[in-house]
Amino acid sequence: MLRKIRLISATICFTLITLLFLDFTGSIHAWLGWLAKIQFLPAVLALNIGVIIFLILLTLLFGRTYCSVICPLGVLQDLMAWVGKKAKKSKLPYSYSPAISWLRYGVLALFILAIIAGIGSLVALLAPYSAYGRIANNLLQPIWIGGNNLLAYFAERADSYAFYETEVWLKSVPTLILAVATFVLLFVLAWKNGRTYCNTICPVGTILGFLSRFSLYRVQIDTDKCNGCGLCARNCKAACINSKEHAVDYSRCVACMDCLNKCKQGAINYMPIWNKTKTTSPHNGETNLSRRRALSATLLITMASAMKAQNRKTEEVVMKKDGGLEPIKERKPSNRQTPLVPPGAQSIKNMTSHCTACQLCVSVCPNQVLRPSGDLMTLMQPEMSYELGYCRPECTKCSEVCPAGAILPITTADKSATQIGHAVWIKDYCVPLTDGQKCGNCERHCPTKAIQMVPSVANDPKSIKIPVINTERCIGCGACENLCPARPFSAIYVEGHERHRIV
Amino acid sequence: MENKTNHLDRRDFLKIVGITAATSTASLYGCAPKAEKAIPEATALGPIPTDKMTYRINPTTKDKVSLLGYGCMRWPTVPAPDGKGEMIDQDAVNKLVDYAIAHGVNYFDTSPVYVQGWSEESTGIALKRHPREKFYIATKLSNFSPATWSREESIKMYKNSFKKLQVDYIDYLLLHGVGMGNGMKAFNERFVDNGILDFLLKEREAGRIRNLGWSFHGDVKVFDEVLNMEVQWDFVQIQLNYIDWQHASGRNVNAEYLYGELAKRNVPAVIMEPLLGGRLSNVPDHVVARLKQQRPESSVASWAFRFAGSPEHVLTVLSGMTYMEHLQDNIRTYSPLEPLTEEEKQFLYDTASLIKEYPTIPCNDCKYCMPCPYAIDIPAILLHYNKCVNAGNIPESSQDENYKKARQAFLVGYDRSVPKLRQANHCIGCNQCSPHCPQRINIPRELQRIDKFVEQLKQGTL
Repeated sequence: MLRKIRLISATICFTLITLLFLDFTGSIHAWLGWLAKIQFLPAVLALNIGVIIFLILLTLLFGRTYCSVICPLGVLQDLMAWVGKKAKKSKLPYSYSPAISWLRYGVLALFILAIIAGIGSLVALLAPYSAYGRIANNLLQPIWIGGNNLLAYFAERADSYAFYETEVWLKSVPTLILAVATFVLLFVLAWKNGRTYCNTICPVGTILGFLSRFSLYRVQIDTDKCNGCGLCARNCKAACINSKEHAVDYSRCVACMDCLNKCKQGAINYMPIWNKTKTTSPHNGETNLSRRRALSATLLITMASAMKAQNRKTEEVVMKKDGGLEPIKERKPSNRQTPLVPPGAQSIKNMTSHCTACQLCVSVCPNQVLRPSGDLMTLMQPEMSYELGYCRPECTKCSEVCPAGAILPITTADKSATQIGHAVWIKDYCVPLTDGQKCGNCERHCPTKAIQMVPSVANDPKSIKIPVINTERCIGCGACENLCPARPFSAIYVEGHERHRIV
Repeated sequence: MENKTNHLDRRDFLKIVGITAATSTASLYGCAPKAEKAIPEATALGPIPTDKMTYRINPTTKDKVSLLGYGCMRWPTVPAPDGKGEMIDQDAVNKLVDYAIAHGVNYFDTSPVYVQGWSEESTGIALKRHPREKFYIATKLSNFSPATWSREESIKMYKNSFKKLQVDYIDYLLLHGVGMGNGMKAFNERFVDNGILDFLLKEREAGRIRNLGWSFHGDVKVFDEVLNMEVQWDFVQIQLNYIDWQHASGRNVNAEYLYGELAKRNVPAVIMEPLLGGRLSNVPDHVVARLKQQRPESSVASWAFRFAGSPEHVLTVLSGMTYMEHLQDNIRTYSPLEPLTEEEKQFLYDTASLIKEYPTIPCNDCKYCMPCPYAIDIPAILLHYNKCVNAGNIPESSQDENYKKARQAFLVGYDRSVPKLRQANHCIGCNQCSPHCPQRINIPRELQRIDKFVEQLKQGTL
């Protein structure tokens, strides 16, 4: 019964939070956004006291149910382990192994140091919620969008506007590689030994493990009934039941309830601590976990060489004939000194110190503006670029979804007055000067009227006009950069600001 | 009976099925005309006649010209095998030409600039497969760009047409787009100052041009002046349809006047844009209902063709038929032509004012404006806008009853019809396109208006 409750609630949580990452329309976040907000790390980084207290109490009461129900990465591993179990056709796939304490605490210490030092990339690499977001955004969302596009294809033929096509685009090669590596590593670990990641690497697992040692309800072995057959240990994916000594390592038990029904003697039960049965304390032994971790590094290197963006060559048109389309020339990203982060982030510091790099904002950005950073310090944290779109005035999606307080909620009105950067003009690329054509597309599309067109020759009002930027008014939305006709580099681009301000 | 069927064994059953199938297919094929077995024909109205086409006689050369002329400006294209752009679907062109000739069409109108410059060659390939006396070929001196104004360049373009079309004489040669550009100045620069007109008159005497004429767009002063020149014009090509008859848009001239001037002088008129690039077949629903009520079995387009073909000085009516169904429908309309009655004419004039109430942009998808140097797909944007106008999907304010639906249809349809990087917000207003537009559309202004509308829909500020 307990196991069924766990299975059902885990399935629901997992499905819903996955939907949150898959949805590109931004419409379900109003309903399911809380699922991201109750994740441990985002709650800590957002200083969401209510959620933190709730999670602590939950663990003190019932053990690490968080790991079995709320954490999507935990449930994903259960899924992988289940597949592994089926494939191996083994009824008793697991066995007890002692905790690898030096690794657990070592990783946790590293993790805490990384948070304090603001090394977002390391935090994102280790944190379970970030890892799941990475996998969902990079590996699952393309499939989801592919399905949507198939529906859109049929809708178009049926003259329906219910589905619209969305583009799948490669946001960041390193992040994709890390997502694949994370997935493969987890798959191998879960396939072989269930919850190895959760009990040796996951810093959240280690923290909750501290608490779950003292949980009120826990799995307990009745030594009077136990005949030492070891069935419970052979079914424990956390490898935390030492049947010989009748001991359970509560810091590693994820309260999955799998063992309860396996015991033919009825000797193992989930019950409050005051119904204490005779148990002995666990003791630590020697460990080894050697060859599995070599995988990720090699994967990184092979994948990097395989991925390369394609450059389209352009054709020349000799004589004016009717029809045909000018080939689209590729736009290359501008070289920014300071990265751009979305309105609501307040400052780059706020972004880097709160962001879990879960990719939720990247998933939901409808304008192809947000993408994971490739910078080593902020690896996988979002940053903006305007080659494919710009930060549109009616959209505040990223600020609505961020669970960690890295992008705080903002209204469209506040956004239109928040300066996240300022436009810079590059004379050498500007079309009125290079092609001799009158343009002004930047001026026409500037939402704050920060751009004016002035004669290019100071004393000649009839000379062709060029844009000038009033940086005081510019909010850095990138409409000018995105819609500039110059290629491959825009003649106007947005330079990021360290701290955002109201203009 | 039941007993018998029960006793049929499998082999007998298959035999019977096989025989029935064979006989029924044989009899079906037997009915169809021999040449085009593979092409399905509308059977509800009976087969499409092969020998009932209406012909008009050219007063000077006595050519017997089919009332339906084939416009070679809209040949079907397919994506090019190298993935860059597209190319003409020659098999489809051959099939269309064969079908047209088999059903009595004998006038083919092309130009060196049509379909990215491929039309003449493709038309030539398709026609080469038929006896030369079976068809009349019309092509143009399309020396629009100043680079081709010199005598040498213009003659080179003219000679190249013979090569591309694989012919040694041209039945109908046109000075292309008289009236476009800068009034009589442009005409003189293109045809008079460089001596090209004299050259072409000599070519006519030599028999390499059988009929010399011109196509007209735009400035009426140029029309009058060129028509009154000391030159015998064998024909003139004008835009005529039931909207342009009295309600010509922009700077177009009412066809009633143009046709009247030609008729006075007994100059045959070749008609272009009888259907306004499809705008007269793709009309709002209530206009469809209105036309269908009169003649439920005739297509909406057939009204426009009957209108264009009814005046007796019309030599031929050009239609750029990309699809077999359009070709078949038009052949049916003119095999034979049923001239409009006076009541029907009045009915169409009234219909014209109904259509004019819908603020569509007068784009006929001729693609003269293309390619845009900044990669915008101009006709696709304008056509999408027109489609939404006709479907009632251009909301005037967010308070409109169907606002949500119309907004979704406009925006989703926009992304489907035009790739994002070819949409109106990329128009920089350089205005290189507008001078090429025979309908005199101020293209940048329309694109920027549509862009503003899109912004209002997206931002919800309508």
